[in-house]
Amino acid sequence: MNKTTANRIALAVLWSCALITVAVLGALILYVFVNGVRALSPAFVFTWPHGVNSEGGIFPTIVSTLYVTGLAMLIATPIAVLAAVYLAEYAHQGKTVSTIRFAADSLASVPSIVMGLFGFALFVEAMGLNLSMTSAALALSLLMLPIVMRTTEEAIRSVPRYIRWGSYGIGATKWQTVSRAVLPAAGPRIITGIVLATGRAVGETAVVIYTMGQAINLPVTPLDSGRPMTVHLYLLASEGINLPAAYGTALLLMIMILGFNFSARWILKRYRKV
Amino acid sequence: MSDGSTTGAAEAVATEPVKRTPAVTGKLKLMSRATYVKEGVLATVFFLSAFVAVLGVALIFLFVGWKALPIVTSVGFGEFIGGLEWAPTDGSFGILPLIVGSFIVTLGALAIGTPLAVGTAVFLSEIASPKVRAVVRPAVEMLAGVPSVVYGFFGIVMLRPIIAEFSGGMGFGAVTAWLILAIMIVPTIAALSEDALRSVSPGVKEASYAMGATTWQTIYKVVVPAAKIGIIDAIILGMGRAIGETMAVVMVAGNAAVIPRTVFEPLSTLTSQIVMDMPYSTGDHRTALFGMAVILFAISMFLVAAVRIVSRFGSRS
Repeated sequence: MNKTTANRIALAVLWSCALITVAVLGALILYVFVNGVRALSPAFVFTWPHGVNSEGGIFPTIVSTLYVTGLAMLIATPIAVLAAVYLAEYAHQGKTVSTIRFAADSLASVPSIVMGLFGFALFVEAMGLNLSMTSAALALSLLMLPIVMRTTEEAIRSVPRYIRWGSYGIGATKWQTVSRAVLPAAGPRIITGIVLATGRAVGETAVVIYTMGQAINLPVTPLDSGRPMTVHLYLLASEGINLPAAYGTALLLMIMILGFNFSARWILKRYRKV
Repeated sequence: MSDGSTTGAAEAVATEPVKRTPAVTGKLKLMSRATYVKEGVLATVFFLSAFVAVLGVALIFLFVGWKALPIVTSVGFGEFIGGLEWAPTDGSFGILPLIVGSFIVTLGALAIGTPLAVGTAVFLSEIASPKVRAVVRPAVEMLAGVPSVVYGFFGIVMLRPIIAEFSGGMGFGAVTAWLILAIMIVPTIAALSEDALRSVSPGVKEASYAMGATTWQTIYKVVVPAAKIGIIDAIILGMGRAIGETMAVVMVAGNAAVIPRTVFEPLSTLTSQIVMDMPYSTGDHRTALFGMAVILFAISMFLVAAVRIVSRFGSRS
């Protein structure tokens, strides 16, 4: 076999790797869309499930998902952004920084069910928060923390040095430089990271299944329990009941997550042009 | 904590090199005491925020470990890890079948997913035109965003019937889990491998082409060897993702806590057994579930450490 033939074969194999990857995504989206679109209706989104087969809508599960995700975002974002400011602007390389980085990497790779059990043991039982939005949001925020930290740190590091020099040159202090020059310049990329992490939190199941509960309930206060969409889908699918509702829930989840993905892209693109 | 405040103070002093006491010096007001204190306090707040990550990991380890400790005293470590029978209602807490299940599922998924992911990464960095790249790359990123419960659902309704027809069984088992997990780890491995491939300097590739090498020769003799360490790191992290994956596995593996004889038979993993047993477990049984969580956590920490060691080894050579 001469080298041209080998080259052709190898390139064909690499092309097919990429095609398989794209085709699987396409098949997944198409399959969920075709089967789920029939179930999707205003009534499905805005009414309650009822009966042993969970007929009707999934309204409380949508509210639970948005509630817990919003809460987790509010907890994780400030801590993660400030932590990233420390790592990118204040810290000197050394043992402390490498410990923090190792901890953040470990946190990012903790299996989600382990995070769920931890949340159950600490927030639900030991702290007495019971199965609630707060317990679930605290556990979720630990999951989001390393993601937002990493994207924010990268965003801050990508701000050109001369912007800082300019700020110091006119007599600004460190915090003035960070808060008025660096963070605004890194803003769009920080927001993109937060949006992507929020998308991850929306799709999370194992963390919330034993911290939020599984009872169908419309959460009002942060101490109410509920059942998020992902857990609803899991229960419907694994028990094989009411498949149309399962398809509908899966489609709605996919739409929400694709929405988060596209808006993150849009934010990046829009501000890159400016 | 003390480290952070000294760091902050050092920074504040650095902006005011003339006097250590940041008060009014002569007529020139360099920095008021209020500003000096504020800067120091803020630096400490930032450090504490960063320390939350360390605190989180420590809390998880201590809390889950503390909950798991009684299993070592009541069942014994060797019996727990090495026991062949998982029958918690009869008082048998051997998790070896679950550990074996986790490794069967993970290694199979890696065997299928790694070539696909690395192939995609090479395609993206070396072959694809900007237009093709603009389609494939977002697709790979979106695969990472699909929730694991949706993958599991897809596995049940789409993949399981096909496998069932092919094997004659129910379609729950290692093969179904392999295929679903392989797709789930593709984005992790592909994204990190692509970063590694892209950081290979273009001069090296140009030298290869200048000597008359084909694209494929350049890829497998120059680019991939140069990015080797990054690709190994990516595969290790993909392994971490596979071994910790929970919902997709619990939905397609069949959840029988025995070592399977064929790849089409139901099996169970550490993660899926925790999900299955959590609602009704009490006493020693629940303690055993926390013990399994400690093992999972230890494995994932070990893999993160392995990535660091491999990277350090790579940068030295």
